[in-house]
Amino acid sequence: MQPSRQQSVATEDFSRLLDRVHEIGRGVVLASARDVDRDARFPSEGIGALKGLKLLSAYVPAELGGMGLDVIQIAKICEVLGQYDGSVAMIYAMHQIQVACMVHHGLGSSYFRSYLQELILQQRLIASATTEVGTGGDLRSSVCAIEIREGRFQLVKKAPVISYGAYADDIMATCRRSAGAPASDQVMVLARKDSYTLEPISGWDTLGFRGTCSSGFVLTASGSAEQVLPIPFAEILSQTMHPYSHIVWGSLWLGIATDAVNHARGFVREEARRNPSIPPTSSLRLAEVSSVLQGMRNNIAVAVTDYRRMLADGQQDMFSSFGFAIRTNNLKLASSTLIVDIVSRALLICGISGYRNDSKFSLCRHLRDAYGAALMVNNDRIMNHNATMLLTQREG
Amino acid sequence: MYADKVRDILTQHGRLSSPVDQLQDTSDLYNAGLTSLATVGLMLALEEQFNIEFPDNMLSRKTFASIEFIVDAVQKLVDK
Ligand SMILES: Cc1cc2nc3c(=O)[nH]c(=O)nc-3n(C[C@H](O)[C@H](O)[C@H](O)COP(=O)(O)OP(=O)(O)OC[C@H]3O[C@@H](n4cnc5c(N)ncnc54)[C@H](O)[C@@H]3O)c2cc1C
Repeated sequence: MQPSRQQSVATEDFSRLLDRVHEIGRGVVLASARDVDRDARFPSEGIGALKGLKLLSAYVPAELGGMGLDVIQIAKICEVLGQYDGSVAMIYAMHQIQVACMVHHGLGSSYFRSYLQELILQQRLIASATTEVGTGGDLRSSVCAIEIREGRFQLVKKAPVISYGAYADDIMATCRRSAGAPASDQVMVLARKDSYTLEPISGWDTLGFRGTCSSGFVLTASGSAEQVLPIPFAEILSQTMHPYSHIVWGSLWLGIATDAVNHARGFVREEARRNPSIPPTSSLRLAEVSSVLQGMRNNIAVAVTDYRRMLADGQQDMFSSFGFAIRTNNLKLASSTLIVDIVSRALLICGISGYRNDSKFSLCRHLRDAYGAALMVNNDRIMNHNATMLLTQREG
Repeated sequence: MYADKVRDILTQHGRLSSPVDQLQDTSDLYNAGLTSLATVGLMLALEEQFNIEFPDNMLSRKTFASIEFIVDAVQKLVDK
């Protein structure tokens, strides 16, 4: 991987951009969140508004004409969106993971450079097919294999969960390098909408993140061999997909948790106004949850700052070290557990007002979304990996 | 001289997709199905067998990339 310049947009411009994201959040994303959740429908108005701000190409470097935001800034946008609707934030975050894989590992390829320019112009939405029937959440093994002949590829993948698969413009998929390759020898290919078909195999009627429309499909794709990212997936995973996912997911979960605590604060303030001389009991609980939230926020901030520094240094060995993988996993374990903890605490504060679907303090969607975090790559699977890798660590 | 023992340990702990006796000393073990998680078991078994300890700076993808590299690493640590 080339040291990535990680140029960032000036603080002032970025804070103006964030104001716009908040505006869209309040005016468009939140306005449709209830409806999106109830009907488990794609949040087309929210994603449309993000396209309007060219945010789908925000991570594309300025040299290609993109906005050139850095990972800290992308994470912040995910967090802000999470305050309005977890599903929109999740869709945005997952799209950014795919973009980051191309930006970090595809800039040496003329195909991917011109694809990223297309992305800027057309604001294409990119989905991901990593999970596969037969391997479950084990990212590092594939059943399906890409077949490359005379510069053309063919691929068939049975994917039980492709978020916004039916609404995406393109899909990045993992697969074995060739028919004879072992399950762990994988590559990543960009499948283009005009040359793939999706045959539905399962729907998406779930507890939370209902607007992500993460149905299952058999993906049948073909195209040019140039659409395969030029380095092994193992490296894409350790340098980009693994850390980037847990950073942007953690950030959007932080946004959901922040909004839950904001609800709790609003509730406590209303209570306090009724009897200004005695602070309500719930204000103690608010003080408590605010410190838990700060811990979650600090944890993510440290991880994203470290990662940005590593990207700027471009030291290969650092990314493949077990220490980095363990820290990244710990970030995921902590944030996915804390989101449930924080939203539950906020619910206790808001009481029945939080439990109602139709109150302004409702936390129902927050709580249902929160439970998805531990399953997006199952926490027990992650803990197993850490249990193994920790055996190599001498200290720390 | 360590190659045979390394091959035995690879057979037991490498979780490879191709039989170890079909691999050259220089074959890429990751292409043969070795994963970074499986290198942990490999490392522990090598440490036990040769009474050595891998320092952090040798725990890279490269160290376990081929039988030859593993033998080199073992040699270096035994000679210490
Ligand atoms: C909201 C949402 C959106 C998603 N979007 C996408 C998407 O766009 N694209 C995509 O590819 N995937 C997506 N996923 C899938 C997701 O990331 C996981 O990979 C998937 O949910 C794992 O499925 P599982 O729970 O059946 O499998 P597993 O991870 O296999 O877990 C099943 C069970 O196996 C246990 N287990 C733990 N460790 C191991 C182990 N080492 N070996 C075997 N079993 C183990 C677990 O504890 C658990 O009890 C999404 C998931 C969610 C919740």
